[in-house]
Amino acid sequence: MSGLIGDLLAHLPALQVVVPLAAAPLCLLAGRAGLAWIIAFTAAVAATATAAALAYLTFHNGTISYHMGGWAPPWGIEYVVDTANALILLLVSAIATVVLAFCPASVAREIRPGSQHLFYCMFILCLTGLLGIAVTGDAFNVFVFLEISSLSSYALIAMGGHRKALTAAFQYLIMGTIGATFFLIGVGLLYMMTGTLNMADLQARIPAIQDSRPVAAAMAFITVGLALKAALFPLHLWLPNAYASAPSAVSAFIAATATKVSLYVLLRFTFTIFGANFAFLNLPLHWVLLVLAVIAMFAGSFSAIFQRDVKRMLAYSSIAQIGYITLAISLASSAGISAALIHIFNHGLMKAALFCAMGCIFYRIGSTRIEHFAGLGRQMPWTMTAIVAAGLSLLGVPLTAGFISKWYLVQAALQADLWWLVILIAASSLLALVYVWRLVEAMYFKAPPAGREDVGEAPLSMLLPTLLLAGLNIYFGLDTRLPVAMAESAAALLLRGQM
Amino acid sequence: MRHHRVLRIISKLLIPFIMLFALYVQFHGDFGPGGGFQAGVIFASAFILYGLIFGLENVRKVAPPAVVTRLIAAGVLLYAGTGYAGLFGGGNFLDYSVLRADPVAGQHLGIMVIEFGVGTTVAATMITIFFLFAGRDR
Amino acid sequence: MLQVILDHYNYWIAIFLMMVGFYTVVARGNLVKKLVGLNIFQTSVFLLYISMGKVTGGTAPILDDRFQVYSNPIPHVLILTAIVVGVATTALGLGLVVRIRESYGTIEEDELDLADGET
Repeated sequence: MSGLIGDLLAHLPALQVVVPLAAAPLCLLAGRAGLAWIIAFTAAVAATATAAALAYLTFHNGTISYHMGGWAPPWGIEYVVDTANALILLLVSAIATVVLAFCPASVAREIRPGSQHLFYCMFILCLTGLLGIAVTGDAFNVFVFLEISSLSSYALIAMGGHRKALTAAFQYLIMGTIGATFFLIGVGLLYMMTGTLNMADLQARIPAIQDSRPVAAAMAFITVGLALKAALFPLHLWLPNAYASAPSAVSAFIAATATKVSLYVLLRFTFTIFGANFAFLNLPLHWVLLVLAVIAMFAGSFSAIFQRDVKRMLAYSSIAQIGYITLAISLASSAGISAALIHIFNHGLMKAALFCAMGCIFYRIGSTRIEHFAGLGRQMPWTMTAIVAAGLSLLGVPLTAGFISKWYLVQAALQADLWWLVILIAASSLLALVYVWRLVEAMYFKAPPAGREDVGEAPLSMLLPTLLLAGLNIYFGLDTRLPVAMAESAAALLLRGQM
Repeated sequence: MRHHRVLRIISKLLIPFIMLFALYVQFHGDFGPGGGFQAGVIFASAFILYGLIFGLENVRKVAPPAVVTRLIAAGVLLYAGTGYAGLFGGGNFLDYSVLRADPVAGQHLGIMVIEFGVGTTVAATMITIFFLFAGRDR
Repeated sequence: MLQVILDHYNYWIAIFLMMVGFYTVVARGNLVKKLVGLNIFQTSVFLLYISMGKVTGGTAPILDDRFQVYSNPIPHVLILTAIVVGVATTALGLGLVVRIRESYGTIEEDELDLADGET
């Protein structure tokens, strides 16, 4: 028996991706929504268990390498799990599981009956892609998984009820494909210069040729491509429409995971493959990222304040939060990388909770416009509690996960002697207070309009996942061991032997 | 297209050879250029040609959309299943060497089955795309 | 100078196509033309990869006793995957265009913006 478990443990990196991958065609074959949901949910639970085991193993025993098909790297495709991507895998698969638990009622309300099993097929395929991006140690493989997750998310967004979802999905498709193609050009240039696609092998070969122009061009293409996928200002134009018009469950899942995974790839390429010395000493990448990140923080928050649709407001808030993560990356220090990873984790929890709460509200009142929120504080008290908890976390109030993010971010900025950044971070948090307050004001201090007195809570199958996510925002504000320890270990790994 | 006698006869003549060529590309993929992607597209083109000349109704009788949709999933499952077979045989995922006692024979079998899965999915996907676009003439 | 340009003619072709495609995506308002531009843009990258794999004097990478030098097949295999991704993107994009046309009655970007602005 122990031999069997040992065998299973050895194959965890592959199982992480191929269990959801096999679930996708099964969902298609199932043909019925209920059965497809069971398959998708089982696969997501299995992926979460796998990710938890991998996180435990990497944290205690160090990096795991897996050779696909038994071909040794650098010729074969290698899957590498260390604490950095174990944290991402855990975040992505756990969010997918909770959102899938939230799905049945929400999907029954928002998706055409005939295509609900296709929804689950696409959802689990998107999960496969995101997990694959995180787990692979091969630069070209990243592109393939990036496109698997992107193509399925275009399709998922197009399933949104309003016709605007179609144009949003098309816009995202154009921008996302340009981003992926830029990434592909960058990887091609690297392959041309080094003759390898394996990340560890690239890392070993790049220092010798780092003064050549193709390598600098490769870095530029890869950074721009990933910035498009991660919706870093000013390449964020696809994001508000996509998040606002997607089905609620899709908004929750994609907002919490997709851009975060792209930021992880940016971290991986910047620090592991190109190396901090090349990116920050030879090229001024940190200043580019720093300036764009600060603009993103303010532009995102300002735009969020003026939105009338709450899902759009949250989407703009995401752009600001991506700014915080990029800011942390641009500090190029161990503290900065930890702060980035911690905020990736915490922001995933916040946005998943908020978008799930929007799903609950849409389920009952069929709208997420702020003027329709009047009086919901009394009619849907639990959903509103979840919004307030996650909203406080978004602001960075003490005792919430958001506070931990801000705390580490401020510390990283102080460590880099950039005290004025602290003021900017505080100022943009105040902007977040404005839009979160608009929500609270609408929910608690206005009477419900006539003809909507009988609105109650969303079904428990939607409410419980929402509350769970909101609760996690509080939990990780009190018990910070998991994300902080993983992030600090990951930062040490990413910076190993550099700077 | 009842009046286009030349088109109908020529395509009737061509379709078997297109399919045969697809199978050649499919199974010759181990030795030379070829493989599932190319073969799948060529195979699907036979159906698409048939659909263009003889109408969507007729090609739907030959390749019922429900079956074709299931074939998409079946191909992926065949691929993934081969990967799992490697896993259960004691190797890594997608390790074909353990499929047979002789590693070379195992590799041979493995890539054959994998490419067949790819070919099935690609052909079925192409036919489905054709059905979906051609069927929207409202 | 001229020799340098001529020696790298494959890159010039790739860059030219890349710019043509990218310009079409950005400048054209018609969604189908945007997709055509996107396809040209992607194809230019395929050419970049494939021409990269050519080894001077090498034959097609099929093992045979008569030849010693082979071209590098790996870029071809990579691009086969990228082509499939491109086909999927085009199919999905055209599918969306068909649905957009059905629900808006137009596929011109400026008219779509107007229609979205009204609702």
